[in-house]
Parts: sequence; C-alpha cells; structure tokens
Amino acid sequence: MKQITDFRIVERLQLGEHYFMLKVQHPDTMQPIQPGQFVEVEVKDSREVMLRRPISIHDVDAMANTMSLLIQIVGNGTRKLAELKVGDKLNIIYPLGNGFSVEGKRPLLVGGGAGTAPLLHLAKCYNEKGVRPVILLGGRTADLIPVKEPFAQYGELLIATDDGSMGEKGMVTQHSRFADDYDHIATCGPTPMMKAVARHAKEKGIACEVSLENMMACGIGACLCCVQDTQEGHKCVCKDGPVFDPLTLNNWM
Amino acid sequence: MLETKIHNLTLKNPVMTASGTFGYGEEFADFIDLNRLGGIVVKGTTGERRQGNAYPRMAETPSGMLNAVGLQNVGVDTFCEKVYDRIKDLDTNVIVNVSGSSIEEYCTVAEKINALENIPAIELNISCPNVKKGGMGFGTNPDMAAQVVSEVRKVYDKTLIVKLTPNVTSVVDIAKAVEQAGADSVSLINTMLGMAIDVERQRPYLSTITGGLSGPCVKPVAVRMVWQVAHAVQIPVIGLGGITCAADALEFLMAGAKAVEVGTANFMDPTVTIKIIEGLEDYCKRHKINDINEIIGII
Ligand SMILES: Cc1cc2nc3c(=O)[nH]c(=O)nc-3n(C[C@H](O)[C@H](O)[C@H](O)COP(=O)(O)OP(=O)(O)OC[C@H]3O[C@@H](n4cnc5c(N)ncnc54)[C@H](O)[C@@H]3O)c2cc1C
Ligand SMILES: Cc1cc2nc3c(=O)[nH]c(=O)nc-3n(C[C@H](O)[C@H](O)[C@H](O)COP(=O)(O)O)c2cc1C
Ligand code: FES
Repeated sequence: MKQITDFRIVERLQLGEHYFMLKVQHPDTMQPIQPGQFVEVEVKDSREVMLRRPISIHDVDAMANTMSLLIQIVGNGTRKLAELKVGDKLNIIYPLGNGFSVEGKRPLLVGGGAGTAPLLHLAKCYNEKGVRPVILLGGRTADLIPVKEPFAQYGELLIATDDGSMGEKGMVTQHSRFADDYDHIATCGPTPMMKAVARHAKEKGIACEVSLENMMACGIGACLCCVQDTQEGHKCVCKDGPVFDPLTLNNWM
Repeated sequence: MLETKIHNLTLKNPVMTASGTFGYGEEFADFIDLNRLGGIVVKGTTGERRQGNAYPRMAETPSGMLNAVGLQNVGVDTFCEKVYDRIKDLDTNVIVNVSGSSIEEYCTVAEKINALENIPAIELNISCPNVKKGGMGFGTNPDMAAQVVSEVRKVYDKTLIVKLTPNVTSVVDIAKAVEQAGADSVSLINTMLGMAIDVERQRPYLSTITGGLSGPCVKPVAVRMVWQVAHAVQIPVIGLGGITCAADALEFLMAGAKAVEVGTANFMDPTVTIKIIEGLEDYCKRHKINDINEIIGII
C-alpha cells in the first residue's frame, strides 16, 4: 500500500560536489519495497518548487525501517533538498512504481550517474536469491560515479570512465566485460546509455529492463503527465513503470 | 454544518476534486477515505479512447504548472463497462467530466452516462485548451456554448454542470448563455492558456508548445471570475483554480461558489482534500457558523 509519511533524516553524506545521500527513517514500520521503486519527496520552503520530486530508492534496511536516497543536484528542487540536515523531517510518498523483476542467473546491472541509485537495492535482492550480479558503473570521470565501494559487497563491480580516471577508459558499452554471456540485463542512467545497452541486449537476445525517468507531476498515476509511448499505447512511467522491457517501447531504441 | 446543494445534488461538504487531477479516485484510495469527499469529478471522457498529446506534457512554472495531457482517456464505452463498476458504490457524488470535438460526440457521451444509475451529474467540459478540434472552441463563443448545452440538455436529464474556460474576454457572457440554454450549474475555471520556454535547449517545454496553466498562480483570476459569474447567474456556481487549503476554498465560497473543486494541489499532497474539509469545519467552529451556506456569496 502506498503511504504518505514524515520520515526523519538520520544520516546525510555529501558525495563529491554534485551528489549527496540521505538516509531516512520511518516513524513506525516501513512498507515493503521492491528494487527499482521510487519515492516522491516534498520540497519545502522553496519559491520555485511546488511539485514533489521523484527519487529512486537506493538502499533499504527493513529491520531499521530506513531507506537511502542518492540525489544529484541538478536544479532548484534538488539544491533545496541538499540543505536538509540530520534530524529534519522529509515528507515522502512511497513506495511507487513497479520495480525490477530480479530475474536471471547471470545478470548484468548497468548504471550511470544518478541512475546507479536503484541498482544497490536491486543487487541486494539478487543476493537474497543466491545470485551475485555483475555490476558495471559508468561516468565521465570517477568523481561522477557517486557510489562505488558498497556495490562490491553484492556483486562483481566493474567501472568505466570516459577519461580513464578509474576502471577501463571508455563508455560502459565499450567495457571488455560488457559483452560477456549474461542472461539478464537491468539498466538505469542517462537515456543514450540505456538505449545503447538495450540495443545490445536486443541483438544478443538477452532479456533487458530499463528504468525511465520521465518528468512527473503526481507520481501516482493520476495526472497522465509522465507517459511513455508503448505498444499498448501511452503508459504512465510512475505507475506502469518506471521499469520497462525496452522491446515494448515505441520509437525508443 | 458543511452540507451544500448543487441543483439536485446534495454534497456532504463543498469539497470536490477537479477532473484530470484525481484519476478515477482509485489512485487516491490508499491515502484518503474517498467517501468523505463532497464529490469526485473523474477524468475527461470522450466518445472514443484517446491517446492524448505526445510527451513532454508537463512543465512546472512559478506556483503552478502547465499541462498538455490532451484528454487521454479510455473512452465512454470502456468507462461504462469497466471503470463504472469499480467506483459506482462510493458514498459520494461521482461526476463524469464529458468532453468532445463535436456536438454529436458530447451528446453521445452524455446519453451513455445518463444511463448509469450512480452517476448523478456530468460536468460538460467546453473549455479544454489542449485539444486541436472543439474543446475550448465551444467555450469561447456564447452562441456555440449555448448550442452544445441545449443539444446535450435534450439527451441528459440529471444535473448538468458546464465547465467554463477563463480564456475569454467576458466569462459572464458565456455563463449567461449556458444558463439560458439549460445548464443546472457552472464550474470555473478550467486551465489558462500558457507557455514556457527552456532557454538552454531553446525550445518550448511542452510538445504542444502551449498548454493549460493551473495551481496557486491562477487563484486570484479564478476568484474574480467566480465572483463575477455568481453575481450574474441564478444557477449555482462551482469554484476552482489554485485551491490548496481551507482559506483558499473559503475565498471561493465567499465570492459566491456553492462548492469547490481541488485540482493541482492533489499532486503536492494527496491528502489535501481531507485537510481542506477539516479546515472548513474548524473555521465554522471558530466563527460560530452553523451552516456553511451562511457565508456563501457574502462578498
Ligand atoms: C522514477 C524516477 C527516479 C529518479 N531517481 C533519481 C535518483 O535516485 N536520484 C536523482 O538524483 N535523481 C533521480 N531522478 C531525477 C530527479 O527526479 C530529477 O533530477 C529532479 O526532479 C530534478 O529536480 P530539480 O528541481 O532539482 O531540477 P529542475 O529545476 O526541475 O530541473 C533541472 C534540470 O534537470 C532536468 N530534469 C528535471 N527532472 C528530470 C527528470 N525526471 N529526469 C531527467 N532530468 C530531469 C531538467 O530538464 C532540467 O534540465 C529520478 C526521476 C524519476 C522520474
Ligand atoms: C494534469 C491536468 C489534467 C486536467 N484534465 C482535465 C480534464 O480532463 N477535464 C477538465 O475539465 N479539466 C481538466 N483539468 C483542469 C482542472 O480540472 C482544473 O480546472 C484546473 O487545473 C484548475 O484547478 P487547479 O488550479 O486546482 O488545478 C486538468 C488539469 C490538470 C493539471
Ligand atoms: S506523474 Fe502523474 S501520472 Fe505519472
């Protein structure tokens, strides 16, 4: 069931210049959360921001009733959220969207930028099924891959950077291990990256899931603003997604 | 204390939800008890299923948003066969917003909805800025507005609410024309035609270039129009546009609205309608008002 709840910020980490992480705690018992689901957070006291902002659920600790949000500062809303401190309240609507399927025995998870966010909880969920995924993260520079080490706990971590400052030099799709024999690929990140990954999966006949980030107003399927053109007509990314099989999307790849 | 009437409809309180911002109500069932609402106006419904406009359809603007959804909906037949069953037993007034591109389409939809026992009213949307044909066209010309209302009146015998557009020089002329043509009530305002440009990318934010502005930024315009219309017609007026709290709702009531609809605010807080109802109760207690109707139209 979806909830609107005042969470409390219990931890705040600045991750380089552009990213920060908030760990927030539910006042009571948190709802179960599927990997790939997201929240809509309220941005308080902003002259510019009226609507909530959709943010993926990065990590979940059901025992502690906490979840973590990994946020990239890109505009007014995220800049305002960056001012939040430990102890502050954060009003959140959650859990939203469908989530990843957690399928495959040899999965590859590909993330870029803020799109690495949902992959940590996803990697954990694979572990719960006894599967260790290969996790391939990319960015222009090492600094622009906000979270790296925590992933190594849950799978084999590979890095690709455009400038070669960490891991292999080049894009994720150029990484020497990208074309290995996987049976499932899940990806989240910049659209050109997801498209390249999805095209590769299609060529190899590998099942693939992409997580879209369309602009949203409500996040709960009420406004029909966030639609994606699919074989079954316009679908709401907030309710029918954000995770889609790219083969079902029209004019996307 | 909060009960009001719109023609034959009894509302347990004056707070309804605005079409296109509340889905079919179901989307909000996890957050609030829908039965506490005065009414729910569901998504704009047309003769055939519609895909609506291309993405992107939304842009946030100062204290508001532009939308260009373009009446995406399942069509009246699917509404009657599938959706109706899911919402017909709600203990509130479920009102269908009826849209179209031609007088025939408005009449077909209205006639089919007329047959649904638990839909006590329709809201005729002659004011949508987001469709190429019809829509706002009917709502900007008094003669055409009167024509579509009188034709629908012939096939629809329950409460007929007509939703007006603010994108006109004289909203009063349109309101008088639809009253004459047989409307039981008018609701206003629909969205205001607007536009926003992404200067970095040097292109409009919306796929349709222009779209409908809603949210707190439109409220003063909406209150003014409600006040003007309430003084010019005999039929009950429903006020909306930018309502986010009980004080906003009270402005509309004092300006002459018998009820209000809450739209964009549902996106910011899915429980906002209940907070507004509770705020109205609190206001009545504080001001020793026994019946909310005492303050309706006091300005
Ligand atoms: C399902 C979903 C999950 C997301 N998860 C995360 C996450 O875990 N971490 C994170 O940092 N961000 C995430 N995003 C993106 C995040 O919602 C946007 O970056 C944020 O809304 C921008 O708000 P702002 O006010 O700071 O920027 P604005 O001032 O609104 O915009 C600044 C710039 O960011 C761009 N932008 C705004 N919204 C989006 C969007 N939805 N997608 C892409 N670009 C956008 C604008 O075009 C503009 O160029 C997610 C988006 C969706 C839809
Ligand atoms: C996303 C969105 C979709 C809408 N769809 C409809 C619609 O289908 N029919 C209609 O009559 N009005 C529609 N409207 C207009 C609202 O019902 C309302 O008139 C307007 O938004 C002003 O109220 P508000 O400021 O409280 O949102 C829509 C508004 C929004 C924001
Ligand atoms: S954001 Fe409103 S329907 Fe998806």
